[in-house]
Amino acid sequence: MIVENATSLRRRKILAHGVLIAFIALIMFPFLMVLSISFREGNFSTGNLWPSNPTLEHWALALGFEYTRENGTVVKPPYPVLLWLWNSIKIGLIASAGILLLSTTSAFAFARMRFRGKGALLDTLLIVQMFPAALAVVAIYAIFDGLGRVVPWMGVDTHPALILSYLSAITLHIWTIKGYFDSIDPALDKAAQIDGATPWQAFRYIFLPLSIPILAVVFVLSFIFLVNEYPVASILLRNTDQMTLAVGARQYLYEQNYLWGDFAAAAILSGLPITVLFLLAQRFLISGLSEGGVKG
Amino acid sequence: MIAAEVPEEPNLARSSLKWLVLGVSALAFLYVVWGLYLAGEPLFAVITMALGLAIFILFGWARFYTWRFVFPAVAAVALFIVLPVLYTTGIGFTNFSARNLLTFERVQDYHLQATITDPADKRGFGLTADERLFFPATDDSPALITPPLGDAVNGTLPATETSETVEVEAMRAVMQRRAQLQALAVRLPDERVLKMDGLRSFSVSVPFYEVGPDGVLTGADGTVLTPNHEIGFYQDAGGKTLTPGWRVGVGFENFERVLTSDGVRQPMLQIFVWTCLFAFLSMVLTFAVGTTLAVILEWSHLAYRGVYRVLLLLPYAVPAFISILVFRGLFNQNFGEINLILSTLFGIKPVWFTSPILAKIMLLIVNTWLGFPYWMLLIAGFLQAVPRDHYKAAALEGAGPVRSFFAITLPQILPPSVPLLIANFAFNFNNIVLVLLLTRGGPDIPGTLIPAGSTDLLGSFTFRIAFQNSGQDFGMASAISTLIFIITGVIAFVNFRMMQRYAAKRSARP
Repeated sequence: MIVENATSLRRRKILAHGVLIAFIALIMFPFLMVLSISFREGNFSTGNLWPSNPTLEHWALALGFEYTRENGTVVKPPYPVLLWLWNSIKIGLIASAGILLLSTTSAFAFARMRFRGKGALLDTLLIVQMFPAALAVVAIYAIFDGLGRVVPWMGVDTHPALILSYLSAITLHIWTIKGYFDSIDPALDKAAQIDGATPWQAFRYIFLPLSIPILAVVFVLSFIFLVNEYPVASILLRNTDQMTLAVGARQYLYEQNYLWGDFAAAAILSGLPITVLFLLAQRFLISGLSEGGVKG
Repeated sequence: MIAAEVPEEPNLARSSLKWLVLGVSALAFLYVVWGLYLAGEPLFAVITMALGLAIFILFGWARFYTWRFVFPAVAAVALFIVLPVLYTTGIGFTNFSARNLLTFERVQDYHLQATITDPADKRGFGLTADERLFFPATDDSPALITPPLGDAVNGTLPATETSETVEVEAMRAVMQRRAQLQALAVRLPDERVLKMDGLRSFSVSVPFYEVGPDGVLTGADGTVLTPNHEIGFYQDAGGKTLTPGWRVGVGFENFERVLTSDGVRQPMLQIFVWTCLFAFLSMVLTFAVGTTLAVILEWSHLAYRGVYRVLLLLPYAVPAFISILVFRGLFNQNFGEINLILSTLFGIKPVWFTSPILAKIMLLIVNTWLGFPYWMLLIAGFLQAVPRDHYKAAALEGAGPVRSFFAITLPQILPPSVPLLIANFAFNFNNIVLVLLLTRGGPDIPGTLIPAGSTDLLGSFTFRIAFQNSGQDFGMASAISTLIFIITGVIAFVNFRMMQRYAAKRSARP
């Protein structure tokens, strides 16, 4: 923006800062509130926005310790938050690795090989990707219910079932990786081909080492997406000890059993690692985002 | 481009090793397929078979070399996306629900498990100190003894004949183990089964029903149950149905109910309108807020832009399920912090969760809060492509920032945004996580046949029909899901054409 005189420049600067600060106040309000609530006594908020009698009770419970109040009563942790966090991380890591494994070779084929039906397949992927898995939950439930009768470790309420159903997220990532392969100089694989390399060797020894950065981006993107997934996880995982964070966190805020304070501490504890991961990775993620609406 | 034809290596040892590995894995696949088929899961058997066959063909013949690369993705899409979508549609044509949950065979088994005891075959019993069951000898059969209760396999203990007489505990021991004993079946040497029928006796139990031709069940007292494959229930002579039922195809019944039955169509229509409105408003609001912030942050005279940017990104960085639940607490009508502040400042306490309008507004506020950083990031990228000298020209002409935004910036960033806007619309059209975690669809629309909420989106409404309300009507939910698939498909296709058009326009530009 080009501004011609100094006073109007300053006025506009103040205006811009004002708008931004007001907006950031709105953004930060829920976070600061939750931080304050996590130190507040009891599970119902009453009165102050600033905790008058700060207590570590909710934090102890979230970390899985028993807490002894001043009057001697011992409070047990209501839910295994750290176990849920571990479940989420485990499922997210394995499923993301599986997604990478399934999508990388085909992305290579789409970028570099010639075969019949390629264009149609790519277009299909793009359209299919918009079907939300959450709407096929009935089928997913029925399928894994049936599978569980034959193979118990892959039935409802098991992690392998959820991981398998999460592999459906590959469509988008194929496009992202293909986009990166497209940008690799064709002279490289031409040279390899002249030296007698098979496509597999070109893929294994040229493309794979070159594409480590984009594979890392896809891994983080899919990890974050999967950790956030709620509908499918909520119907496949029923047992408290099997739950992921997204399913478990919901347990805190039922009308009959409203644990607002405990929830606040658990939310910060479990949300922080994912938030930090995202902020660290966000510089690299933006390029991946413009390939399609991953989140939001 | 790499040529797809690859000369097969003439190495004999290598090629025979390849066929050995392929042959062994083919056998392994066949074994699994056979197992699945025997277990009564033909669908899984067919899928495994197809998978094994594809692997065998692709890796057996060199002419399918290229397809070896594509296969993992195609198989995954077919198995994990196409199959569930088709299966959902299939369920839409059945009466699959909490009442019609099982297969016909399992319903029959359930009825056959009902037993009656034959009082003529009563045997007294006692419990020994080491928890064995002892049946003293009667006039026409010798005494029997079982292993300890703890050794029961599937609730059954075998009894063996014995010639000794064993000391048994007092009645009190039996009383204490009563529940355990009642669940127990004792298998006699002649394979008949004894069940407990009193504190002092076991007697032979026989199935109440006998299976006749066509699955007709005839009871010991003469009742006749006929399977009705139209509705998926057994019926007695008077036409009364017996639960549980099994799954049968019902044709277009679910679709008819959705589209024509007043108690269903009315809320469906209302929910459909709200879903479109929600998706559209969410798209416009997040786009507007995100673009505004991106444009402000783009202004090079502004200090601390990096700090602002990271802070504004926070709603995107924090896992959405946590933010949504945090808002659920903050908006709480009675002790939420938002009402606390509003009542201190203005003396009002809006009923966010009981008023349909306020609940909808709350949903939009939260969704805008969650969604604007996505647009802020994307638009910041698009802004880089806007030529600087256009702004200079506008400033020289005397245009203010607002004017130059609408005259220069917006026309430049809108075209690349259109496909993403449509994708965003589709995303919010099916944004069921937000609804399930924030309002759970509530407040309910009064006077409907199936529970429907005024903030329900089509997707969350379906989800709740299937998994949250007592009916668990999977068939109905799948029918609605199928309709949503069609709508989503149309949006996806429009989006796809828009992207093609944009790509064509961009490549046409010099």
